[in-house]
Amino acid sequence: MLSRIAALNAEYAAAIDDDRLEEWPGFFREACLYKITSADNLRDGNEAGIVYADSRAMLADRVVALRRANVYERQTYRHIVGTPRLTGSASAETPFLVVRTMRDGRMDLFAAGRYRDRLHDENGLLRFAKRIVICDSSHFDTLVAIPL
Amino acid sequence: MDQTSLHPSSTTRNGLTRVPFHVYQDPALLDHEQRDVFEGPVWNYLCLEADIPNPGDWRTTFVGRMPVVVARTESGTIAAFENRCLHRGSLICFDNAGHARDFTCVYHAWRYGLDGTLKSVAFRKGVNGKGGMPDSFRPEEHVTRKLRIATVSGLVFGTACDRTPDIETYLGPEVLAALRINASRPLTVIGRFTEVLPNNWKLYAENVRDTYHASLLHVFFATFRINRLSQGGGVSVSANGGCHVSTTLAPEQETDTAYDGMRSVDDGLRLADPSLLDAVDEHGDRVRQQIVSVFPSFAMQRTYNVLAIRQFVPRGVDRTDLNWIYLGYADDPPDLRRRRLKQLNLAGPAGFVSMEDGCIGNFVERGAAVAANASSLMEMGGAGTESQDTRATETAIRGFWKLWRSMMGM
Repeated sequence: MLSRIAALNAEYAAAIDDDRLEEWPGFFREACLYKITSADNLRDGNEAGIVYADSRAMLADRVVALRRANVYERQTYRHIVGTPRLTGSASAETPFLVVRTMRDGRMDLFAAGRYRDRLHDENGLLRFAKRIVICDSSHFDTLVAIPL
Repeated sequence: MDQTSLHPSSTTRNGLTRVPFHVYQDPALLDHEQRDVFEGPVWNYLCLEADIPNPGDWRTTFVGRMPVVVARTESGTIAAFENRCLHRGSLICFDNAGHARDFTCVYHAWRYGLDGTLKSVAFRKGVNGKGGMPDSFRPEEHVTRKLRIATVSGLVFGTACDRTPDIETYLGPEVLAALRINASRPLTVIGRFTEVLPNNWKLYAENVRDTYHASLLHVFFATFRINRLSQGGGVSVSANGGCHVSTTLAPEQETDTAYDGMRSVDDGLRLADPSLLDAVDEHGDRVRQQIVSVFPSFAMQRTYNVLAIRQFVPRGVDRTDLNWIYLGYADDPPDLRRRRLKQLNLAGPAGFVSMEDGCIGNFVERGAAVAANASSLMEMGGAGTESQDTRATETAIRGFWKLWRSMMGM
């Protein structure tokens, strides 16, 4: 299971970092939860995230919005995803770092945190039923367009 | 006037329709603004009453760059004071929030009451008869800087100035009414995030008052053919200019052509999951989008069922912390709370109709990099600061500058 989760994480990160965002919703079950929050909000019991999607279609809408509607400066992410830690038979936590490189060459450590995942195995195909992105910081520089 | 003053021709001929770019760029203005704006005759948003419900509860916040503690005292009143120890200037409280019987500075254990009054000085009489403070030292002669408090329906505001008018006069009837509707039931915090803006705080203060840009920069609604500029609504500006409420009402008819020729692509795109915008008219007023601003650094929004506060804190001449406080009502039924969580995709640092505001101020900073003596231009809707029944206007931005100029003497 660990190696399958690690492989899923690698494919997930590559899809985002290679700007294949259209593939990103496919990593989730149709009924899912994807949320970006922070450790402080989790501790305080705050339910809201800066991104909150409870269906694969909502994730797809976000990708269409990023491509067609939203305005932001060209940028890329590099996800460095750590080793998953099993927290149950179908759940795991995995640390990550994201370096953001801007159009003008500026690079920042944009986010650090952990993925808290619930996985779903459908005929051998592993997907996220739930992916809570728990950032260590509640601060975000400028804007968050590309998903974490 | 020296070179950092407003360009004479722009102040006299064009009045409030011109703002020279140096006012966003001059580091010296930061101290001037701290003294004459943030610590001047204004009401600064501090926190929610719900943040400090019980005696001993406290929260740290800011008045401009001044660190402030807000606390609920033993008698149940709210007190706020500068978060600076009278001894050596250390922060008295250095976390976001907590509960205490009193406050003790960690540096040398000077102790303060919940209202910020100095209570005791460690080793005042020395140790074993040696050292200690001189006999002439009187703790009561050392007074923490305290703020005067006003609350509006659970929102706590503070002022450091004796001349500040009462908050009802300051806000004006329209802004007051909008805030009272927003806070008509007990508020509860459901999320807190900070967006670090790479721009001067006034560029963001303008942005929240800029009803003209909303549908032009943020084309999410137009792209998915959700609403149109020709929906009803308008802008009310307070008499002092500094506060406003802008409202967009849900349309009575769904089709029109007010967006023809705009950047948005009108090719029949639709949301794959329209439950994002599955809203209820919880106040029975057809308000679909509303922004309320309170000079200098507060805005509150309603977007569908999203309820959020934005507090902007200057961190330097070209850096601003934008604190997002996502709200619900304490008695939200689960389905309404879920709507808020989903609709919050519209707001905040990753919001479909707000993420652009995170970068647009920096685009101005960079575009105007060597334009200190040139001016931005704001003539939409005329040259005044009166309320208007259209959002194709810059009246509320001119209102901001009217009050800012009067306080800065510029």
